[in-house]
Amino acid sequence: MEKQMNYTFPNKLRNLAIAFMVAGLLGLSYGFLSAPSTIEESKAIIAASHGDGHGVDHGESITESHGPNSEHDLTESHKNEESHNDSAAGHGQSINHEKSHDAEHDEHVFHQLSNKPWAALYVAAFFFFMISLGTLAFYAIQRAAQAGWSPVLYRVMEGITGYLLPGGIIVITLLLLSSMHFNHLFIWMDPEVVAHDKLIAGKTGFLNTPFFLARAVFFLGGWTLYRFFSRKFSLAQDHASDISNHKKNFRISAAFLVFYIVTESMMSWDWIMSIDPHWFSTLFGWYVFASMFVSGITAIALITIYLKSKGYLEFVNDSHIHDLGKFMFGISVFWTYLWFSQFMLIWYSNIPEEVTYFITRIEDYNLPFFGMLVMNFIFPLLILMNSDYKRINYFIVMSGIVILLGHYMDVYNMIMPSAVGDQWYIGASEIGGFFFFLGLFIFIVFKELTKAPLLAKGDPYMGESERFHY
Amino acid sequence: MSNSNQFIHALYDDDDTLLSAVKEIRSEKYNIEEVYTPFPVHGLDKALGLEDTRIAIMAFIYGCIGFIVSIAMMNFIMIEDWPQNIGGKPSFSYLENMPAFVPIMFEMTVFFAAHLMVITFYMRSKLWPFKKAENPNPLTTDDKFLVEIELHDNEKVLKSILKKSGAIDISIIEKQE
Repeated sequence: MEKQMNYTFPNKLRNLAIAFMVAGLLGLSYGFLSAPSTIEESKAIIAASHGDGHGVDHGESITESHGPNSEHDLTESHKNEESHNDSAAGHGQSINHEKSHDAEHDEHVFHQLSNKPWAALYVAAFFFFMISLGTLAFYAIQRAAQAGWSPVLYRVMEGITGYLLPGGIIVITLLLLSSMHFNHLFIWMDPEVVAHDKLIAGKTGFLNTPFFLARAVFFLGGWTLYRFFSRKFSLAQDHASDISNHKKNFRISAAFLVFYIVTESMMSWDWIMSIDPHWFSTLFGWYVFASMFVSGITAIALITIYLKSKGYLEFVNDSHIHDLGKFMFGISVFWTYLWFSQFMLIWYSNIPEEVTYFITRIEDYNLPFFGMLVMNFIFPLLILMNSDYKRINYFIVMSGIVILLGHYMDVYNMIMPSAVGDQWYIGASEIGGFFFFLGLFIFIVFKELTKAPLLAKGDPYMGESERFHY
Repeated sequence: MSNSNQFIHALYDDDDTLLSAVKEIRSEKYNIEEVYTPFPVHGLDKALGLEDTRIAIMAFIYGCIGFIVSIAMMNFIMIEDWPQNIGGKPSFSYLENMPAFVPIMFEMTVFFAAHLMVITFYMRSKLWPFKKAENPNPLTTDDKFLVEIELHDNEKVLKSILKKSGAIDISIIEKQE
């Protein structure tokens, strides 16, 4: 047999990944340290950020109007508890109401600010985990469909899904920390909240911490199990004399897809939708699926192009890239279709408990909300529409980076408004979280790529895939 | 053009054979007039050296026209001519009602692109209803492939090339115009 060249993880890339992780950790720790630990600190942060966040003229007017107000708050905050007992005449009552409202607001903002680094960490952890899970679904579809074009890319996909278990464990650890009340990401985990909230109380049969964590472990366990066996059969097929491993892989892939589409949907309710336990959307699972699917395919394309540019994957030609480009284009449109289906129905019916989701996002998150639409739809639509562009690495890489950042924004828009409300900005913890998990993702994925030959040479469709030409 | 009116017809029974035959004939510097196939053969356009189709560009332009028409249409119907209160949204602004119009904008884009593309294709291929078929051999609507080459006193050489390339039947016909 000809020599099988294994991939070696270049030191430069390894160092870059480690540098990302270190820088990300620094950003994250700064984010956690600078988060307020008391209500007073949170108020000071708000006052400061209002002072220098705006233009000079505007800023002055805000500090003027805010100045006396916040002093007022500071001096009288201890009186607020008593204000409930005062039952004075009409005029006095309204003042008291305002005061207690102020205190509630301050506490609310404090919770949002102390949630912020946790939420940023969670967004980044989930985003990179989602890439790996989306790739696993794409891989299973190729296996179950017995695709002839894609076997040359199997090892790249298997490399990306190598991140599934570590990434999943990190996400579940964060969920566990939430359930131990290290943060208030999932307010339904707080018995105090549930006691005063009829709607959440009605959902405790499903939304309770033990069941929630058990489900999470079950989901990840199922996905990991498929990944483990599929990888095992794929490696065994390399040196097999018959195609029994290939057939086994076909069977477990079909079974996995059934398991996946149910568990993925429930995972999206659990891990994302339940952050805002009053709101629900029946197609949320599909929406999250489209996001992870297109992110996964884009990651496959980017890593394939990177490896090819380094002289590996000599059997991958521009027709394979073209097909990945078509998927990136098609699933981007699919994502938009689901996004719009969700948006339009809620916008049209205008039911208060539903529409609040989009009102928060349009009012408080205007730029990321509509910016994400441009990045995830308009940009790939116009760039990847042309058939020839899908064969040019430059266009795939450029639109791929925009799509990945766009879907990071998508996850950000799903999680942040429910977790921190209007107290958002892209700060140290957001950038740090992104870079930490980017580094970890690169480190684990490329490490996994070194473990097996980059060509799954035993696959019965390999010949067809190598000759694949459009 | 000095047309001889004489054509040679070579029949093939496999699309892969046809593809390699077309490449062979062209490498011998013979000009293929036309190829008749029962289904679109992948890669035949490239093997024949045909120019890339420009219908994709037209599809984009037609889509844009449909998009603009839909906006003008919905703006006239729903905003200017007869504003209605639907779902408590008696808005007199196109932009504020835009999400409700997106499905129509999408459908009209597809409608225009698809229909105008078909009409363009018919016009470019000189096809119209009740036109008599130009197909020289009805077998090409079943499972055979036919290559048509103009003949100029090179019958013998051409025949041997075609035979070698895997043709199952070679005939010479005369066209009256």
